[in-house]
Amino acid sequence: MRERPAIVTDGLTKCFGQVDALAGVDLEVAAGTVLGLLGPNGAGKTTVVRILATLLAPDAGRAWVAGFDVVTQAAAVRRSVGLSGQYAAVDGYLTGRENLRMIGRLSRLDRRTVRRRADELLELFELTDAADRTVRTYSGGMRRRLDVAASLVAAPAVLFLDEPTTGLDPRGRIGLWRLLGELTGQGTTLLLTTQYLEEADRLADRIAVMDRGRIIAAGTAEQLKAQVGGDRLELRVAPGVDAEALATSLAGLGSGAPIVDHEVGTVVLPVANGPAILPAVAARLAATELRVADLTLRRPSLDDVFLTLTGQPVDALPGKST
Amino acid sequence: MSAGWLVSDISTVTGRNLRRLVRVPTLIAFATVQPVLFVLLFTYTWGGAVHPPGVAHYIDYLLPGIFVLAIAFGASQTAVAIADDLTTGMIDRFRALPMTRSAVLAGRTAADALRNLFVLALMTGVGALIGFRFHAGPGAALAAIGLALAIGVVFSWIFALLGLLVRDPESAGLGGLLAVIPLIFTSSTFVPVTTMPGWLQAFAKVNPITLTVDALRALCLGGPTATHVWQALAVIGGLLIVTVPAAVLRYRRTTATSIYTCVSSDYRTRTLRTALDTILASAIKNVPGGSK
Repeated sequence: MRERPAIVTDGLTKCFGQVDALAGVDLEVAAGTVLGLLGPNGAGKTTVVRILATLLAPDAGRAWVAGFDVVTQAAAVRRSVGLSGQYAAVDGYLTGRENLRMIGRLSRLDRRTVRRRADELLELFELTDAADRTVRTYSGGMRRRLDVAASLVAAPAVLFLDEPTTGLDPRGRIGLWRLLGELTGQGTTLLLTTQYLEEADRLADRIAVMDRGRIIAAGTAEQLKAQVGGDRLELRVAPGVDAEALATSLAGLGSGAPIVDHEVGTVVLPVANGPAILPAVAARLAATELRVADLTLRRPSLDDVFLTLTGQPVDALPGKST
Repeated sequence: MSAGWLVSDISTVTGRNLRRLVRVPTLIAFATVQPVLFVLLFTYTWGGAVHPPGVAHYIDYLLPGIFVLAIAFGASQTAVAIADDLTTGMIDRFRALPMTRSAVLAGRTAADALRNLFVLALMTGVGALIGFRFHAGPGAALAAIGLALAIGVVFSWIFALLGLLVRDPESAGLGGLLAVIPLIFTSSTFVPVTTMPGWLQAFAKVNPITLTVDALRALCLGGPTATHVWQALAVIGGLLIVTVPAAVLRYRRTTATSIYTCVSSDYRTRTLRTALDTILASAIKNVPGGSK
């Protein structure tokens, strides 16, 4: 039995002044699954979420959430979705419990349901002890958990989380991942935007890679990695060594062109036949006398997917387009 | 969308704002210390110098005026709060909920009205201790309080609109006060308009604050009231007809027009950083003896 997709977009475009934020986005997310929308800053991820959450109207194209058109049936969409934006949008002068109850009432739940849901979510998100303190006294991680909890008060069928772990320390990030994993086990459809490849890899059933307002690849993490193929030889240059010169010296050795990440100072070479390449690489390095600080042979990561698809590392794309 | 839900939404938002009102130190000060200071300061500093014709005690003349002053200053906090809700993403959260769109603003202004009721009672109480009396009976006194609340609603909506337009909490608060202060001082709030130079009188006489204060004063001091009150009501009604739809309309599309909120905070930081780097680089290049 195939259910109706929870989210469908068809040729969404959005332009802000001169900037094309979205240049035709097609997505389909099956009910009960998690889509990770992955891309660098300014790729258009937030714009997609804002259109799907009815905060923004597309210039062209259509989108349906839970079967409702986001433009013509916006009110019905709002009854079906939960949104947690990039900021922890909770009222610092209300307590955690008051915040959840307020969102619950404004989501048109009756008082008794609101009280019950607030208590359940405080428990689930490990905020029961802090429930009656004003949110001002919360840590960043607690605020973020409360923010995600607030988007769940009305038990929405579809949940949008826009960079949910931005600004969290590693421990807070892992804690939130665990919670989100539990949630999506219960049938909620989740659309998650992230810049962290690890996050998409960990949470998402399917991943759509966005760049400059377009979906440039989509599939499961495994499919995307397979699409990239082979292994990766990663060389980190020693301080003062030109990564570009190192890449040039390695040209022709691998199964594809070496990719340079200037910010991190690495050269990544796609290789087809694994460790067999090492003697040839060593010979080239010896010939050029370019010093290398570190050398790793590994399976492709989502980082490599991104590198291969865009020709640029995920965090080094310039902010020239949105 | 039923009226029941509208009322429920507005009362939920009002509840939020009332809670903030008693928990945010600035808001407490705006609602308690400031009104009391206004009553005492203006009475004792200006009371000896200003003798409006036909009024025995300056406080009787002053208090209706500074009702409006205190309410206007307090309402500037609405601009701050709305701009703050915009920048922190609260308004995005509200806009993605199935609630009535206008309830965020209506609930805020309703909470303001309740605060103003408290402020008016406080000022009247402190005023009474130092000689203020209503001279036209309890009916007129109640009418005065009602009229002051009504102009308060106008201020709240104007400031809500300002907060939506300006978007930056500090600028919104400051901008509001900078607009209110000249309007208050070029009205009959502190002194009779007839003592002002002719060119200023021309404006002061039609200043909405003059019209409101004159009506309040008539209701407090006694004497002919009808014309004053009708004029004030016309001004209040006129301003509401313009500002309420403007603010609601602006709220509905508030984030839709700005690219700035549609990109991640990270992206903004990076853009600003790039701009800063560029400026610094060019500055260094242009310094004589700087890097070549």
